[in-house]
This record gives sequence, C-alpha cells and structure tokens, in this order.
Amino acid sequence: MLRFVENLIAAGVARGTPLLFATLGEVFAERAGVLNLGVEGMMLLGAASGFGVAHLSGSAALGLLCAMGAAALLALVHAGVTVSLAGDQVVSGLGLGFFGGGLASVLGADLVGLADVPRLPTLELGGLSRVPLLGPVVFSQNLVVYLGFALLPLAWLYLFRTRWGLRLRAVGESPAAADALGIGVARMRYAHVALGGALAGLAGASLSLAVTPGWVDGMTAGQGWIAVGLVIFGGWNPLRAALGAYLFGAIRRLPLDLQGVQSLPLFRNPNLGYFLDMLPYLFTIGVLVFAGATRRRARAGRPARAGAPAALGQPFIRGERGR
Amino acid sequence: MRLELRPRLYVSPARSALSTAASVVVALVLGGLLLWAAGVDPLAAYRAIFDASLLGGAYALSDTTVKTIPLLLCGLGCALAFRARLWNVGAEGQLLLGAWAATGVASFWLPAASLPSPLVLLLMGIAAVVAGALWAGIAGALRAHLEVNEIISTLMLVYVAQKLINYFVFGAWSEGGFPLTPLFPESAHLPRLADWAERFPSLSGLTAHLGIVVGLLACGLVWLLLKRSVWGFELRVLGDSPPAARYIGLSVPRRMLATMLISGGLAGLAGMLEVAGVVHRLQDRFSPGYGFVAIAVAWLGRLNPWGVLLGAFLFAALLVGAKEVQPGGISMMLQGVVMLTVVAGDFLLRYEVRRLEERTGA
Amino acid sequence: MSGEADTPKVRLRGLSKRFGELLAVDAADLELRGREIHALLGENGAGKSTLMSMLAGLYRPDGGTIEVDGRRCSFQSPRDAMAASVGMVHQHFMLVPTLTVWENVLLGAERLPWVVRPGQAALEVQRAADDLGLRVDARALVSDLGVGEQQRVEILRVLMRGARVMILDEPTAVLSPGESEALFVTLRALCEQGCALVLISHKLEEVRRLAHRVTVMRRGRVVGSFDAPRAVTAEDLAAAMVGREVSLELQREVPALGDVRLGLSRLQVRSDRGLAAVNDLSLEVRGGELVGLAGVAGNGQVELMEAVAGLRRAEAGEVLLCGAAATRLSARQRIALGLRYVPEDRTHTGTAPSLSVLENLALRRYRDRGRWLRLAPLEAHCRRQIERLNIATSGPDQAARLLSGGNLQKLVLARELEPERARVILALHPTRGLDARATAQVRQLLLDARGDGAAILLWSEDLDEVLALSDRVAVMHAGRIVRVVRHGEADLATIGRWMTGGDPAPEAGHAT
Repeated sequence: MLRFVENLIAAGVARGTPLLFATLGEVFAERAGVLNLGVEGMMLLGAASGFGVAHLSGSAALGLLCAMGAAALLALVHAGVTVSLAGDQVVSGLGLGFFGGGLASVLGADLVGLADVPRLPTLELGGLSRVPLLGPVVFSQNLVVYLGFALLPLAWLYLFRTRWGLRLRAVGESPAAADALGIGVARMRYAHVALGGALAGLAGASLSLAVTPGWVDGMTAGQGWIAVGLVIFGGWNPLRAALGAYLFGAIRRLPLDLQGVQSLPLFRNPNLGYFLDMLPYLFTIGVLVFAGATRRRARAGRPARAGAPAALGQPFIRGERGR
Repeated sequence: MRLELRPRLYVSPARSALSTAASVVVALVLGGLLLWAAGVDPLAAYRAIFDASLLGGAYALSDTTVKTIPLLLCGLGCALAFRARLWNVGAEGQLLLGAWAATGVASFWLPAASLPSPLVLLLMGIAAVVAGALWAGIAGALRAHLEVNEIISTLMLVYVAQKLINYFVFGAWSEGGFPLTPLFPESAHLPRLADWAERFPSLSGLTAHLGIVVGLLACGLVWLLLKRSVWGFELRVLGDSPPAARYIGLSVPRRMLATMLISGGLAGLAGMLEVAGVVHRLQDRFSPGYGFVAIAVAWLGRLNPWGVLLGAFLFAALLVGAKEVQPGGISMMLQGVVMLTVVAGDFLLRYEVRRLEERTGA
Repeated sequence: MSGEADTPKVRLRGLSKRFGELLAVDAADLELRGREIHALLGENGAGKSTLMSMLAGLYRPDGGTIEVDGRRCSFQSPRDAMAASVGMVHQHFMLVPTLTVWENVLLGAERLPWVVRPGQAALEVQRAADDLGLRVDARALVSDLGVGEQQRVEILRVLMRGARVMILDEPTAVLSPGESEALFVTLRALCEQGCALVLISHKLEEVRRLAHRVTVMRRGRVVGSFDAPRAVTAEDLAAAMVGREVSLELQREVPALGDVRLGLSRLQVRSDRGLAAVNDLSLEVRGGELVGLAGVAGNGQVELMEAVAGLRRAEAGEVLLCGAAATRLSARQRIALGLRYVPEDRTHTGTAPSLSVLENLALRRYRDRGRWLRLAPLEAHCRRQIERLNIATSGPDQAARLLSGGNLQKLVLARELEPERARVILALHPTRGLDARATAQVRQLLLDARGDGAAILLWSEDLDEVLALSDRVAVMHAGRIVRVVRHGEADLATIGRWMTGGDPAPEAGHAT
C-alpha cells in the first residue's frame, strides 16, 4: 500500500512538473492581462524542437534551451498581435496554437520513435532517497522536477515580494493606472507573454526529454489546456496553481496504476481504460466548477483578491480619448 | 517618428471583405515561405493543391464539396456562438457526439434497416442534433450559471468525446476487432452523385452527397435568424455588451445556453452528415479535426453565414490539397497563419494609423 | 492669503493640443505661484483637463512651452513631470483596486526597492500620511475604501513623490458636502506648506470660496483671469465661462400632479456583496412630478434604481408601477407598463457600442412587429430625433461607440423619454461628463418629460442639479429615505448634513 502511494505521489510530482511550468508561464502572462491560448501549441513546439536539438547536438540541456527560445519566439508573435496591434487575444492565441502544433508536427516528423536521444538526468540524492514516502518523491527525481521545486518559490516571491511583481499586478488589474504611474504597460506585457512562452517550451521539453520521454505527434494530449484551467483554479496564484499541477500529475498517473490493481472486478474490465482516460479532462471541468463556486462565495465577502486580473483579455491603447 | 492610433469612424462591408481577402493572400504567401523553408517548392505545392481541389475537373470539385459540408456546418455553429462572445472551441467534440448518435440510430436501432430511407436519415439527423446540442449545452450551462470558462470546458469535452468514441469504436460497437462499426444499412446512406452513375455516366465516382443541400439550407436559415429575426438581433446585443442585454430585459444565462445548444446542434448535424454521407459507419479518426478548422473558418468568414460558406470552401480546398503536400503538419500551420493574418489585419480595419508631426518647440 | 513668490513656479506659454480634428487647447498661457490655490474654471470640454494633463506629462503639447522653476521642460511621461515635482490627482482615480493603499503608494514611488517588504513599506506609508495630516489606513485594500479616502490616497501618493505643484481635477465631483469641506481644509494646509495647487473645476461657488486666483477657459482658450475671486460675482464668472450673459435660474413651471405612478413600499434590496443596500425604503412619485434623490454614492441609490427597473431582485417590499403590482414582474414586463431607465453607464449599458444609432434607438421598440425584425420603418423617426435633439452623428448607421458622451446621452434620452410611452422614468447621473450646452439640453428634456405627465425619479451626484430640478428632494442615507423636502425648502448645507446621517428626523424611516 505504501509503495502504491509512494509511486503515485512521486510519479504525480514528476508528471505534474510540465504542467507546473506551463501553468506558471500562463499565470505570468495573464497577470499582465494577456490571455495566451496557444500554450498547447507552444508546449508541442517545445517538445519537438527540444527533442530534435538534443538529438542533433547530443546535449539535452541545449535542447531544453532551444525549446524555450522557440516557444518564446512564438509567444512574442502573440504579444505583437495582441499588444501592439490590439488584436483579439482569443483568436490570436488559438491561431498560434494551431501554428505551433503544426510546426511541431512538421519538425517532429522524422523524430518519431527515436530511442537513443540524450535525456535530462535523474538525480538520486544519496541516502535521502531511501527515506520512506518523502524519499522517492522529493529526493529521487529528474532534474526538471528539481527545477520545478526551485521555480515555485521564486515565482511566488517575484510576484508578491519584488517591485516588478508589484508592477505586473498593477498592469493586469488596471493598465490605465499603471500607465499613468509611468509603468510601461506594453513592455511588461511583451516581457511576460514571452516568459510564459518560454515556460511553455520548457514544459514541452520536460515532457520529451525527461518525463515521457520521446516524441509522438500530439504528445501533450491537452495538458496545455489543462494548464490554462489550472490558472483559474489556482486563482492566479503560483502556489495554488502548483498544487493543482501536482494533483493533476497524480490523476493522470492514476489510470495506469489502477489498471494494474487486480483485486476489484471492475478494474479488470478491458474497456475501463477508455473511461479512466477521461478522468483528467473531467477533473479539469470539475476544478473549474469548484473555482467558480468559490469565487461566487468570495464575492459576497471580500471580492478583491479572489478573481481574475481585471484587465485580462482587453487590449490597452494609450491616450484613447475616453468618452 | 511617432504614430497615433485613431479609431476609424465607419467600416464599410466592402472594406471589410477586401481586408479579409488581403489577409488570405498574405497568409498564402507566408504559407509559401513556410513550404520553402520545409524544402518544398511552394509554387509546385500550391499548384498541386489547386489541381487536386479546384481545377482538376469534376473529381476535384466533388472532393472539395465533400469536405466543405462539415466545415460549413461547424463553422456556422462556431460563428453563431462567437457572435454571442461564447467561444465554443469544442465543435469537434459536438461533431463526434452527433456522429455517434447517428450511428446508434442507424446500426443499433432495429427498425432502421427496414424503414424508408428519408425517415431513417431524418431520425439520424435529429438524434445527431440533439446529441451535439446537449454536449455543447453542458458547457453552456456551466458558463451561464457557474461562470465556468467555456473555452476550457468545451475543449475538455472534446477529449472526453474522443475517448467515448474510442470506447465504442474499439470496443462496444467494434466489428471484428477493427476500429470501425458495422456498415450502415442502405436506408442510412445519404444519396451521393455517384448513385446516379447508371443514368449519368459522367457522375460515376463522384462522392459529393446530399449533405451539401442541408448545409446550404442551414446557411440560409442562420442568415435569416441573424439578420431578420428578433432573436438574432438580441443575440447581437448580447454579444456586443452583456450589460446592455440585461438592461433591455434579456436573460443572459438563458440566451447563452440557447446559443450553445444551437451551436452544438449544428456541429452534431455535421457529424451525422459525415458518417451517413462519406464513410457510412463510425470509424476511428473519421474527422481530420473539422471542428477545429471550423474555428478558423468562422473567423475568416467574419462570423457571417455567407462568409463562412466561402471560408469553408477555401479550407476544404486546402484540406483536399494538403494530401499532396508533405509534410503533414503544414495545413495546420496554414490554418494558424490564416487566423493570425485575419486578426492582425483587423487592426488596419479598426484603426487609422497617422504619423504625428514632431512638435516644434517655440 | 496671497501668493508670496516673486517668480512664478510654473509658466505655461502658448500651449496647444490637438486631437484629430479637435483643437482641445489653443495657445493657452498660465502662471502658477507657490502658496497659492489657483482655480482653472470652465465648462466640460473647455480644455482645462487637457491643459493640465500636458503639464502633468500625460499628453505631449503640439505647441508652446512649459517652464518649471524658470527651466524649460519637456515631459515625455508622467514620470518626467514628477521629476520636476509636478503631480496630478485625477478625477477618475488611478488606483489599483485589488492592491492595498501602501502598494498603490509604492507604485507611484520614484525608485522602488528591488525587494518589497510589506510590513516595513506599510509602516513608512502610514508614517508619511500621518505627518502630512492625511487620514488613511495604509494597510487597507483600496476597493474597501470610500471615495473620500481613496482621494486622500491619491493625494498622498502625489505628495510622497515630492510634488510641489499639485493639480486636482474636479476633486469634489464625487464627494459629499461634508467630505468636500474636509478636502478644503487639507488643501489649505498643503498650500500653507508651500505647494502650488491647481484646482480644476466647473463649480462656481467652490472656486469663489477656495481659490486665490481664477483662470477661466472656454473652448480651449484662456479667456480671463481674476485675482480675487471672492470679489467677482458668480454671474461674471459664469459669463466668462460661457461667453455670454447667463441666467442661473432654471425655468420651471408649477407641476400639475397626476396620480401615483411609482409606489415603493418597505423595499429591501441587497447589494452585490450581500449586504442590505436598500433598507426598508418607502417613496411615492406622482405623474408630472420629479423627485430627486440626494445622497452620498454608495447608500443604495444604484441598487434602488435597479430594483425598480426589474434588474435586481427585491428581498422584501412592494413596487407599484402605474397602478399595477410590479414586484414580481420582469424587466421586460415593466418596460411594457411604461417604465424607462436612463442608466448610469451610457457606453455599455444604455447603448450597445457596436450597434448603430438606429438599432440603439430601437432597443425598446424592436419587438413591436413580432418575431421578425423590421427596423426600416423606424428610420424616419430616427432622423427626426437626431434633428430634434441635435445629436452629432453621421447618420442612423453610425456605430454608437463613435458618438461623444453628450450625444450618446441624448440618444439614450431620445429613446427613453418618448412622450406617450414613458410613464415612469428613472434617471441616474444624466448629465455626468457633459458640457454645459448638452447638460442644459438634457435637463430641459427631463423637465419636458415631466411636463408631459411622466413621473421621474432622479439621482445625480451633482447636488445642485438635484436641487434645481426636483419638485421634491428625498434624502437617502444608509438605504432609506430619511427626509423629504419640497423644492426650495432646505439649503445645500442642511441637505448635506442629512445625507451623512446628521439631524435624524423624528419619524425616521418612512416618508411620502
């Protein structure tokens, strides 16, 4: 039993890490007021390009960096269209998502099934990894997982304890006020959308170079979309979002583990797999329902901190004569 | 040099259409660049695409028409929803559910084989519309009453729908362990041009089916609804400004739900037409993502039924021709490029860009 | 008290600004001195805000020069202006509602520390506020603050940046008379400390009381400057503002009262947050009568109007509309009975911005012909209304969002104030943000509707307007009507006291 739980949590954390990166990236973008729906496509691009570069160069780390760069470039296009050209954020994001996904498919066409591509190393921290429960979960994971552990508090500190984080929050809530205070709204938006893209690329590369690993067309299987949902669930707060990401990692792992359980007759039905596969997606919907319900209750009390950045989704045009 | 943005006072429909056309051209040019970067000769590729889809005689047009049908119906559904600012991006899932429901009626409802064809097809259509509507309705209800973001919920439901279809196609309804259901009885086949090949030999081999009539009818009905009906007017108000909609006494949640139901119903119908008109069974991956392409189609058509028709035709041509172009992901990239150019082009429609003269210090 | 410094602290010479075809400011000259409150007076649209916005670095001048402390300055952004110690407190506060007071103040600081320490920062801000004599709670969330307090946060922010020239844009627009008094005290104190204050206003009395000097603007130009405003009559100032002789009296006929068209009885309505916004409120309005609500914003006025309009549920109480029991009726049904509503938000509620002028005008009538939409017959009517109300638009096909504030409001009124159909009219801030001519037109339209026999319930933040237009004034405080007086029975100060809960009436709570 303990084994089961240990494996589940350890695998959950591992599988949740790409989700974590993607979710954190989207938190930053949305905190700046820009909705980026191309996360899925950017993750795919990151996965394919990271894998490809690792294969060609022999260095997984280089692949990781290139993945981040490629996805960030794509995100910059989104920023250009939505910030400078005040284009519709939904359509732009979707379009870029298609583009990224298609590009990933093209780039990855020759990469399917490649086996001996360098991966990111797994680190076992000596004796600590033998500690029950905590050991496998925290001390015996892939490099990217540790990266995730490190990124999490950094993200929170950035957002709530630094001056850039303060400015970022102002920009997302009230770009007009931020602008009047001399904060460069466009600059902040570009920067954080690009950051979001880079993190999405990191997420994809973590998948293809560590968690899964390998490249299959469409391997993200909707995790980019789940990430967007997790941002809402997490209330645009990095810590809550991380909790959601790890939880989801565990949920995605669950079907595999459950199918091995021979004790209950239900679990022996071969068709169960299809329905277990639905779990993550149904859970995402459930999570959003829950988030919506809490928000409604919160509105009755203290409305302020519970909701989306007020300016999310709206283009900001400086100096338009208000009417 | 500083630029000043001024909102344009009036945008004529002509200007809008011109801008859209220009965006498409730009997209095709960019697509050509992409192909060139992929090591494919763009001109030859486009030539091949156009030959296969438009210029290659009756076969080409027929193939393109076949692909236009689901794109048109899903596109209409998306356009309707988008007008109400409901981002129904789950048309693919609604299409799958519609196909599933139609298959259920055709293959697993005993009287189906013996009843006259029009009746069976009608019942399949109704089942499909209801199934698609309900699937979209879930997301619609969640949005209307619980403020759940419909982009995510409709998308998640697509994945759920895919798994559901897998269950039936690989498992419960599978024929001989292959990922397909048994062939529909004759009564459940939509008539196609090739059916009259005996009388008109030139029609042999043409797979265009009756669905196109359904599609065009739907187009006209949606147009009527949007332009001439009170309901359509209220939809426009809702999409433009929900507070204004409430102000004139509309129930915003009810309208949202109704819009999603219609949107899903149209997509569901698309699914039925695909399985009844093309493959005559439910099979794995019978849809190359029509529901997703329809998003681009709706946007390209500027949410206008006749624009959607044109857009559906264009994208259908690209889909047909895409088989001629390797590698595979290019068509999806092109979709994305089209959406981006249209959105970017919108900028020039909405704003005038003027150069500010440098201020002269006195 | 008069200004001390010999050289002006700020000198604006020949400043101009153009927006597209509109010349908002035309070669304006202005001098500001330390220890002086300088009022900038003019109608809405006269260019006062634009002129000061250039000084504050929000707009770049198209011509002319700015000198601060004798040095020529060119401001690319508000930050540059702050560096030259010029700060502006806007009419619409530039505060981020979901952040705390100290966070908002910190955002305005010149150099933020890399690491933000909440405890320390909050303490510093609190200390600064106390030193300056401003009553604020540094740890409070801005969205929890009342309007007066939010304004103090804005002022604090500007002062902490070291502003020696402070511009206040219509500061009393959103304050109750009591809060305005408190503000004046603060401003005089700041003036003593050496600041040069600019008060942008269109309120004559305020200017005469507070300012040491007044500059009047009209249509973008400076048309007059007065050194001792108290010596000038209100009529003279008004004449300078408007450019001609002005009578400040509104023409009103004695009302011919009909029967009770709107009856509210012990109404209870909740706010969005679930608190009781309207608390046991009773009121009657008769045909041919205009009843004005006087109250500080946030005392339930909006919730009351929405509840009467059918857009918000009443927890308890009865609504009687033209003799029919309307409490359970939907908004649409109430519209059918003759209810009309001029909402607070004319850009997104009162009109649908992307829809055309014709379509917006038809928003109450589009269902008249059954299921199919036929707007063409309304086009002639639309053109007539455009003509009659002088709505500046290129035609019935123009998108509503392109109309300016005044014209948009006239469009809303054209729709809502239809003579036979509008029997009960609710109006919220009908002249907010409009220039003098549009304001006068709107007020006259309301009075005309009243003359036609409609029952009107008005709430405006402009107390002068409420007093001038109303046959009866119902003072609202904490969700109930605390006093009702007839036109001319009570003065501004008294009503101001009632608005903030002073002098409770013997039988408080119920009024007819």
